[in-house]
Amino acid sequence: MNIATVLASKGVKVVTVQPEQTIREGLALLAEHNIGALVVVDETQKPVGIVSERDIVRALAKTETVFAWSVSRIMTKEVIIGAPQDDLAAVGYTMTERRIRHLPVMERGKLVGIVSIGDILKAQRDHYQGEVDTLQLQLLKSQP
Amino acid sequence: MTARPGTVDRPLRVAIVGAGPAGYYAADHLLRQEGLVIEVDMFDRLPTPYGLVRLGVAPDHQKIKSVTGIFDKVAANPRFRFYGGVEFGRDLTVDDLRRHYHQILYSTGAQTDRRMGIPGEDLRGSHPATEFVAWYNGHPDYRDYQFDLSHERAAIVGVGNVAVDVARILCRTPEELAKTDIADHALEALRQSRLQEVYLLGRRGPAQAAFTNPEIKELSELPGADLIVLPEEAELDALSRAALERSQDRATMKKVEILQEAARRAPTGKPRRLTLRFLVSPVEVMGDEAGQVVGLRLVRNQLYATETGALQAKPTNEFEELQVGLVFRSVGYQGVPLSGVPFNESWGVILNEKGRVLDPATRQPRVGEYTAGWIKRGPTGVIGTNKPDAAETVACMIEDAAQGRVREPAEPDAGAAQRLVRERQPHYVSYADWQKLDALEVARGRAGGRPRVKFTRVKEMMAALER
Repeated sequence: MNIATVLASKGVKVVTVQPEQTIREGLALLAEHNIGALVVVDETQKPVGIVSERDIVRALAKTETVFAWSVSRIMTKEVIIGAPQDDLAAVGYTMTERRIRHLPVMERGKLVGIVSIGDILKAQRDHYQGEVDTLQLQLLKSQP
Repeated sequence: MTARPGTVDRPLRVAIVGAGPAGYYAADHLLRQEGLVIEVDMFDRLPTPYGLVRLGVAPDHQKIKSVTGIFDKVAANPRFRFYGGVEFGRDLTVDDLRRHYHQILYSTGAQTDRRMGIPGEDLRGSHPATEFVAWYNGHPDYRDYQFDLSHERAAIVGVGNVAVDVARILCRTPEELAKTDIADHALEALRQSRLQEVYLLGRRGPAQAAFTNPEIKELSELPGADLIVLPEEAELDALSRAALERSQDRATMKKVEILQEAARRAPTGKPRRLTLRFLVSPVEVMGDEAGQVVGLRLVRNQLYATETGALQAKPTNEFEELQVGLVFRSVGYQGVPLSGVPFNESWGVILNEKGRVLDPATRQPRVGEYTAGWIKRGPTGVIGTNKPDAAETVACMIEDAAQGRVREPAEPDAGAAQRLVRERQPHYVSYADWQKLDALEVARGRAGGRPRVKFTRVKEMMAALER
């Protein structure tokens, strides 16, 4: 199982924001799309950062002027990027260890999606559930 | 406004296209909804149901096929109908279904093999593994395919479960195969097989191989073939070792242990040898002047860690040649677009979000259209994985129905749908017809101590049904 499996039924492309857009605009996007993070891209659509609801909450706790700030002021600049063929087990491990909740995914230089730790846990849960189900069925069948 | 569908007088009518596991699990979830009266009509282009459970699961894995017992229980529900031998896109179009159903669910699976994208791929003797699988399982479309088993050496590219199935079937003795429900024509051809060497080629290392531990154990215990693993390839590289130490993943540790154990064992002189290779990728299928496969040129790979810590293969500049007359590629299934249904080319699936089919322009759900199974999420997981997958889609269907987001078909009644099907495909197969075929197949197998002897031509099935 890899990242492509998760992206396949996510449908919607990544919601992005430009570095100079305001946090208020960013919040509107988060609310509109019911998501937790935005990928920040430059004019060539290259990811230059990621901004999450957490980043915004953290800044807001200090000052309410945050709404007018540019996204680039609070975004995380060091972004780990995933590839569609990356195994979910490895990705899940890295995200958990490094406390990353959202992972932008790129293929051949293009942003193709974003996966959350929740997406990965759900995919893994469904996978294990399916396996248990199939194994139980076989065990029942082999009983006399 | 008319009342929302889902009552005894006005049932919610659902069409399911594709009678494989995902379709059945979706039907099951739909028919179990409390307080909603739902009717399900299931279509399949083949006269027989069960999809890959009948035509994909290997004949020597009968226990896995017992899941059909659950499917038959679903089909016994009076609000379920089966229309076999009715092809979407040929006999019925999206518009036909829209005329008769509030909701349509596509569960057509992933029907082709991905290509390797290397020279020589189409030489004589180079085949998609899925065609071989369909052939030995008696899929009517593959009944007249030919696989030249007079060669002594064959390679299978890939180490996923399809690749492992193909290797195992090639290495089984005729006596073993004769106890299964393998198609008679395949049994006959495999009886004449002169194969002595079978290679399974993995792109990455032992710790990344997709096969499961029971699968590899089964290969190591074949009565007719010795499993060969090269000791140097069974050893983990530094990256894999470090990743395994971090994750402490028991199943992978066990897998590596089984492989290293196999690498230490000396061959016992069984008639065939099954060699499992790691960290190699074919770069060319080599042929002779007549266009016949004579070998594979392989590049040795090494692993590298991506940003997320996943280990991927990249080619080195070390090459080797493997002399084989037969090549099966099994580097993944791919979904086939359905006429009139939005497709996501990137992932080879129907464009969808949690099973709701999306309009490509607006990215908003197309009212009343859904998908489940491999054509929704891509070809991963075991049969049971389709259960949570279908449940997710059905939850969307029920939520939409509750909010009135359903199609308003012109003729939402079972009789009208049946009349249309009869008009387009007079020889459609009902579930009762299928059960008759099923009983006949089982009866044909009894004398030989086999689970069944399959009908492998649609004509034979029709004759058996006296049509």
